Amino acid sequence: MTPQLAVFFVLAALAVAGAISLILQKHPIHSALSLIVVMVALAGLYLLLGAEFVAAVQIIVYGGAIMVLFVFVIMLLNAGVEEHTSISKMAGGPGLLLVVALGGFIAATIARSSESVQAAEQTGTLSSTRGISSMIFKDFVYPFELTSFLILVAILGATVLAQREKS
Amino acid sequence: MVPTNYYIILSAILFGLGVFAFIFKRNIITIFMSIELMLNAVNLAFVAFSQALGKLDGQVFVLFVIVVAAAEAAVGLGIIILIARNRQSLNVERVDLLKL
Repeated sequence: MTPQLAVFFVLAALAVAGAISLILQKHPIHSALSLIVVMVALAGLYLLLGAEFVAAVQIIVYGGAIMVLFVFVIMLLNAGVEEHTSISKMAGGPGLLLVVALGGFIAATIARSSESVQAAEQTGTLSSTRGISSMIFKDFVYPFELTSFLILVAILGATVLAQREKS
Repeated sequence: MVPTNYYIILSAILFGLGVFAFIFKRNIITIFMSIELMLNAVNLAFVAFSQALGKLDGQVFVLFVIVVAAAEAAVGLGIIILIARNRQSLNVERVDLLKL
């Protein structure tokens, strides 16, 4: 087993354990902390893939900004332990069935995919940050500008939604 | 070196766990977190294919997905605050105005 494969399995196990912990935890704050574990493990996998810029953005934006927002809202609303009713226990059955069906479908697709895709080894030599910057500001400059507009609309929407109505 | 297959399988597992959490959990904040988990799983597949094909398009798409996820989190959490204020509960089964 090469060192890369060993690192991959450690990080993959960490990510899956975090995702399972997200489901099993009863308190939202514990679920949020589990999700942070998943995101950090995924950032490590991006580094292993040689995508160092995406790994940094993953830590800063997901692990930093978005999860802080989640934790902030959980504390603001004083969210307690979630209550499970008979309906939610019933939802577990179809949910599990759906997940198994989805997993089988994806497994079948991977099995039928061409050998070249299956056997393609991750080399991790692609120089990414320079290439990404030139792609964003040359090929994808209009979508990039549109995302700034999207962020603006989201900020306005969040402000309007969360403000208290004057009575 | 790690085959691309392994990354795709891990991505599928994480996506499946996200779908299960989305259906099974009853707290609206946790449901929102499971959506983020699914987005992360898709990002992993994007980066893995980007490296396998030797093209950077996938990584650029991941950046756009992260931007959209950030915008979605801002608006979604605003909606959650509104629901919590109107219903005094974070349980999705209490949000049943459109139910028969």
